Amino acid sequence: MMPLDRADVDTDQIIPKQFLKRIERTGYGPFLFYDWRQQRDFVLNRPEHEGAAVLVAGANFGCGSSREHATWAIRDAGFRAVIAPSFGDIFRANSFKTGIPAVSLTESQVRHLIDLAGEDPTAVIEIDLEAQEVRGEGFGYRFEIDPFVRECLLKGLDEIGLVEHHATAIADYESHRLEWLPAVK
Amino acid sequence: MGPMPARTLAQKLWDSHVVRTGDAGAEPDLLYVDLHLVHEVTSPQAFEGLRMTGRHVRRPDLTVATMDHNVPTRGGVRAADELSRKQMEVLAENCEREGIPLHQIGSRRQGIVHIIGPELGLTQPGMVIVCGDSHTSTHGAFCALAFGIGTSEVELVLATQCLPQRRPGDLAVNVDGELPIGVTAKDIALGLIGRAGTSGGVGHLVEYRGSTVRGLSMEGRMTLCNMSIEWGAKAGMVEPDDTTFKYMERRPYVPRGSAWEAALDYWRSLPTDANATFDHEIELDAAQLSPFVTWGTNPGQVVPITGRVPNPRSDTDERALRYMDLKPGTAMADIAIDRVFIGSCTNARIEDLRAAARIIHGRHVHPQVRALVVPGSTTVKRAAEDEGLDLVFKAAGFEWRNAGCSMCLGMNPDILAPGERCASTSNRNFEGRQGAGGRTHLVSPPMAAAAAITGHLVDVRELV
Ligand code: SF4
Repeated sequence: MMPLDRADVDTDQIIPKQFLKRIERTGYGPFLFYDWRQQRDFVLNRPEHEGAAVLVAGANFGCGSSREHATWAIRDAGFRAVIAPSFGDIFRANSFKTGIPAVSLTESQVRHLIDLAGEDPTAVIEIDLEAQEVRGEGFGYRFEIDPFVRECLLKGLDEIGLVEHHATAIADYESHRLEWLPAVK
Repeated sequence: MGPMPARTLAQKLWDSHVVRTGDAGAEPDLLYVDLHLVHEVTSPQAFEGLRMTGRHVRRPDLTVATMDHNVPTRGGVRAADELSRKQMEVLAENCEREGIPLHQIGSRRQGIVHIIGPELGLTQPGMVIVCGDSHTSTHGAFCALAFGIGTSEVELVLATQCLPQRRPGDLAVNVDGELPIGVTAKDIALGLIGRAGTSGGVGHLVEYRGSTVRGLSMEGRMTLCNMSIEWGAKAGMVEPDDTTFKYMERRPYVPRGSAWEAALDYWRSLPTDANATFDHEIELDAAQLSPFVTWGTNPGQVVPITGRVPNPRSDTDERALRYMDLKPGTAMADIAIDRVFIGSCTNARIEDLRAAARIIHGRHVHPQVRALVVPGSTTVKRAAEDEGLDLVFKAAGFEWRNAGCSMCLGMNPDILAPGERCASTSNRNFEGRQGAGGRTHLVSPPMAAAAAITGHLVDVRELV
């Protein structure tokens, strides 16, 4: 676990703008929390947390800009999930698309995980998407997750394919749209 | 059939865009998107995804692209760094291949994506509008359900013109009473965020209501809706009225003749029904508002300009004070500034420039300050020049630039140097937002203008 004991971490911090100029979807790992990483004692620089697979942070994580680069950077830096008491809406949606579940626990549960990771950097937790539970030694915390999102994550479903499946409904809707709505041709 | 249950405008917009109702919670509703706005930063990977899967854009006629984040505001495309240029080129290629209209750098209608939509009349009441950009909420000023999406969702909308969504809750913000002198829509937004907190709106579609909101111009409503995301709301909306219709009349993409009449009938049916209910309501008394200024590194860290830097109440506050290099107890009006930025999708429309110019007229920028005015679009720039506003700014010592996001986020050559302090009309004071190590104080355009003249944060009411 990587304990990032801060609230309101915005996506400008997760990945600063100068790294949004790339046109690829990968390779953002080295730039995760770029400005904060310039400080030697920033938690991501500490050797005892190297290789952590779960980022645990304070409330309203990922607020601000819609940049999906934020979740790409978290994934590219080796994380497989983020746990926080709450998330920015767009960040949460992006994290699922990136395959990095954003898991909401209560404030006190997150506090426990952050403290635990601080005291024992080798502490291991398990995030069980199927059972919707975060488990560690001596505790099991249930979390809520959108059932559709859970299915997509578990089965690795292609969402565009799923929507394309409803082609008839889409075409039908299109044939009934109000005729004065703007079109740019 | 029984009578329709009373609905909020958000509910009406939602209902009218459901392509397919999700099955009993297992799947979200599938919503149809009427307008998809695209810019250079959040789209390249989406187009690349389409290419890799052999897909194409379903409705290029409902898709519009512009260049805004990366564009240099002087010197044209050549002034851009190599990566920015590449990103703009890639957008042009993608639009060319898929037949998407593009407002390139240097073209007549180029500008910040959230400014050109309304300006062209593409933004209309009753629409669902998305864009790979969190400030898409701006378009809600026209009673559109408009929200930001990520790049994977951009790809999904390009391919299908649809988006699976769960219905958020309904939240009403009721603002009533007359705004005191010197208080603007920006101050309503800042005061609200200070009160509701940076996550107070998460999971909700917000409707801004009440006599104060009805009294705002479209520019003011856009400013207010623009900052909805700054307190976490999914979208912010205002019911359409004569102010809305007057603004829209005769813009390039609005319907004409009998279609205009038909559209008006429809738009007039959109406001929230009299006995509809909201999940939550927030009341704001306009008379209690004053010009606000942020002291910290999120928009909720805000006080009236007559106030002082507060004592920290959390780790977040303490970190913000350190980053901003401020001491608790300091009067906000004693804080000296180095830079002023008047621009961004929050406050770079013609009315914003007029309000700033009124303060600046006949005065001069303080010798310690470097001040920048960046119109939100090429159209705004032309309109301002037609009125001679550019001359007012230039005579006062402001730099007058071409349209773009500019120093709102500094992905282009306009950035703060480390340690520089800026009074800015943009929407985010996050660490490093305007340049690594830069310090941002969010204010309204008149407040920014007043700060430029005095060299420190100042109550604009002392200058009027
Ligand atoms: S002006 Fe700022 S907030 Fe608005 S779209 Fe541009 S970068 Fe985003």
